[in-house]
Amino acid sequence: MPIERYIFLSIALFCIGIAGVLIRRNAIVVFMCIELMLNAVNLLLVAFSKMHYLKGASTNVTAGIDGQLFVFFIMVVAAAEVSVGLAIIVMMYRNVHSVDINFLNRLKH
Amino acid sequence: MNGTDILFYFLSALAIGSAILVVISKNPVYSVLWLIVTFFAISGHYILMNAQFLGIVNLIVYAGAIMVLFLFVVMLMNLNADSEPQKNKWIMLAGTVAGGCLLLVLVAALKNAEVKGMGLEMKTGNIGLINELGKALFTDYVVPFEISSILFLSAMVGAVVIGKK
Repeated sequence: MPIERYIFLSIALFCIGIAGVLIRRNAIVVFMCIELMLNAVNLLLVAFSKMHYLKGASTNVTAGIDGQLFVFFIMVVAAAEVSVGLAIIVMMYRNVHSVDINFLNRLKH
Repeated sequence: MNGTDILFYFLSALAIGSAILVVISKNPVYSVLWLIVTFFAISGHYILMNAQFLGIVNLIVYAGAIMVLFLFVVMLMNLNADSEPQKNKWIMLAGTVAGGCLLLVLVAALKNAEVKGMGLEMKTGNIGLINELGKALFTDYVVPFEISSILFLSAMVGAVVIGKK
């Protein structure tokens, strides 16, 4: 399988996430689009790790394993980020009674 | 076109289609459900590349834990289609054009990248198995692994402190 297919698939998913962040006004959906972008990057990291494995397997039996461990750590950070971020969104909803990000751009409130 | 290619194109179409539906769904609950479909498709890609550990962890952590958290928050806030405020059509158009421009620029830049023509083996190789990953994680990456436990502890404390008042 050529690596370009995975590059283009990841670019497509990442750009859909970018467009979602720019288009949507709902804070929770914006947050979900950020998760989508993280997943696109994870997919590309795994594809590159497999590519390096194919290239360096003759000298090093675990060539390219670092890419998959980075994906593991990205997942760890994403889980922590989601728990704190959703707590902040719930707190803002309690104060402002809205999750519209146009209401949340004024820090003085 | 063999079975692996067909599976690749099917999973890619599923991932991109449901990702677009995440963005254009009016109801946030439908967005969450389509995002779960996207994560299943990406897990299918991981398993196709024989990264079995990451495929299962993606299902358990993302589709299992994180999306259930999103779903709980959406239902707790009682959001529905008409809670989405009326938005400017020009802003939507500008967002779509900006995303499309980024897509165009990235594809044009990476079309003839240095990695062009390199391949990857599907369905073989053992670096994605839990045996090799566990060995590398607990020898070379043991310090980041322990630091991530502190990160989780602080995230848990932060979420409880923010949610409590």
